Amino acid sequence: MSAAAPGGAAALGLDAGSTTLKAVAIDAAGRILARRVEPSHPRIGEQAERLLAALRAEVGGEPPVGATGYGRKRVAAGRALTEITCHARGAFALAGRPGVLLDMGGQDTKVIRVGPGGEVQDFAMNDKCAAGTGRFLEVILARLHVPLAEVAEQAARAARPVTVSSTCTVFAESEVISLLASGEPLEGIVKGLHAALASRTAAMVRGAGEGELLMSGGVALNAAMVAALAEALGRPVRVLPEPQLAGALGAALAVLGRSG
Amino acid sequence: MILRRTQYELARRVVGPTLLRLEAWQKARARSGRGPRGGPFGPPLESTRKLKELLSLHYLAGRYADGAVPVAWVTSGFPVELLRPLGFHAVYPENHAAMCGVQRIVPELSDAVEQQGYSRDLCSYARTDLGSVVTGKTPAGRLPRPDLLCCCTNICQTVLYWYKALAAHFQVPLVLVDTPYVYGEVRAHDLPYVRAQLEELVAVAERVAGRRVDPEELRAVTVRAREGSRLWGECLATSRARPAPWTGFDGFFHMAPIVALRGGEECNAYYRLLRDELQDRVKRGIGGIREERHRLLWDNLPMWFAVRELSTLLAERGFNFACTSYTNAWAEAGVQVDPADPYGSAARAYTHVILNQDLSNRLGILRRLAREYSCDGAVLHSDRSCKPYSIGQVDLRERLARELSVKVLLLDADHSDPRAWAAEPGENRLTAFMESFG
Repeated sequence: MSAAAPGGAAALGLDAGSTTLKAVAIDAAGRILARRVEPSHPRIGEQAERLLAALRAEVGGEPPVGATGYGRKRVAAGRALTEITCHARGAFALAGRPGVLLDMGGQDTKVIRVGPGGEVQDFAMNDKCAAGTGRFLEVILARLHVPLAEVAEQAARAARPVTVSSTCTVFAESEVISLLASGEPLEGIVKGLHAALASRTAAMVRGAGEGELLMSGGVALNAAMVAALAEALGRPVRVLPEPQLAGALGAALAVLGRSG
Repeated sequence: MILRRTQYELARRVVGPTLLRLEAWQKARARSGRGPRGGPFGPPLESTRKLKELLSLHYLAGRYADGAVPVAWVTSGFPVELLRPLGFHAVYPENHAAMCGVQRIVPELSDAVEQQGYSRDLCSYARTDLGSVVTGKTPAGRLPRPDLLCCCTNICQTVLYWYKALAAHFQVPLVLVDTPYVYGEVRAHDLPYVRAQLEELVAVAERVAGRRVDPEELRAVTVRAREGSRLWGECLATSRARPAPWTGFDGFFHMAPIVALRGGEECNAYYRLLRDELQDRVKRGIGGIREERHRLLWDNLPMWFAVRELSTLLAERGFNFACTSYTNAWAEAGVQVDPADPYGSAARAYTHVILNQDLSNRLGILRRLAREYSCDGAVLHSDRSCKPYSIGQVDLRERLARELSVKVLLLDADHSDPRAWAAEPGENRLTAFMESFG
């Protein structure tokens, strides 16, 4: 996947998301040659240019740029597409087959039915609220002083999940503080948070019908969330390799006119 | 009374038309030397000028209506044909609220009544209307004070409480037409129940107007209302052609006369003009957008505050709304009124409006429209304000997608309160939806 190709870079892809900026360089076969991931800066245009310049310096040449994500309009790109289309294309390329893609990012959770050509057959997203997204976990875990690297271990240690009833980021924060104050164990709360979010997400996934469940986005790096989803859905969740890069990869493939 | 009547007639017949001609002349002068309208749209409809004139005159006359003629405030689904023979000037608060939505003054009007304790979860049309009453602010200059409030629950139950609030404010009579919801088929006793209420309302309206309904005049109004709905249907039907000669969003604006002026000859004259222009565009292959690649169905009210932005976003990518269930509603109800039986036919027609029918009937309407207008996709506007229209759309979405093999998008917004519309994520969804057509 990351081996350098003799023909050099054929395209660059940039995914300017709400929480992180992701950029990749790919060769003509769609293999990722180089990547960059950084937390999003308010000056998206400048940050994107810097990331793309770094990739160009690494892979050489002036390959065309495809852009996606909320910041795509701030980027000088040959092609700009929504992250829904790009995640589908990127996931299709990474998985090599169609399926139901769950992308959990910073402020969006998307469920996309990816067709046999990498196309979007149907999609659903969370409503105008970040409750069911990565941002929810980020805020609450920061409040609990649990670093991401320790989340899976904490959740696995829990004897039982503590029920967290609210998945509103603001209300859940106060609910969690109240649970801690009443002596509930931290591990159980961490597990309960994941179970609450998984239950909310599972409803969206079920609506997309059958098919292999693929997962992309930054939240896919959180093993506790993947486990909670598999448990809530009663079906395996296949995390794509380098799940954060699926959108950027899709954008790069799109500028080459390829679906996967 | 005589002075008010003179002012009212002068506004309608002399001052209004003169001002409008002057304005049109000024605009034409300002336009001269400029090229035709660019962008993704086809050439603008000539009839739009006449539409603006018609509505401007209606609202201008309305400023002088109270004290000159009896004034009724009516819900959009009210059988207004029964009031016209009594000389009522009809004000449509929903139509007025749509104007406020286009001009983006709804948050300001809504704030005024939210401060009084009305919830923001209430329909934004209701908040806009009550806010306009409280503040006196209106893009129409002035709305005439009602002598009678006329409410029909065939569009929702909110109108009942909204009009009760208006009755308490204005201290004028409120007539209610309660239409039983239609599950499957209408029940035998439903229509006599509605008909009896229509007869009661006319008795109240006669007392307010100080005269009796002339049966001949009622027949004539009913004939005109039926003709108006038929003509409006003919205008809409021109979009079965490829390319559609106008956009579905154009239709939202051109529907104003069939809502607010139904039963009058000026309404019918307007739709003959519009129909002829649309049919001519079809003959000449002129589209509402320059390059029509995909045809969509729109369900629910529009987002009045974002019509221009959304229609441009769509048109730039070759998408047009060939039909909308909302504009179609006014082509279906009115054609059922029958001059031979004005009360009985009105009871039937107004009980069967789309919002008073169950989900399977609504699905049937959407399915038929999608087929007749050769749509390859649909956008169901989940309208925060209009719960009766939005409930069941998740099921409608699945059924339409499955049975017609078309792509369907649910779009969360509101018909007139921009605070309920997250523009960036919303436009992103619409864009992703369009991208999925390949």
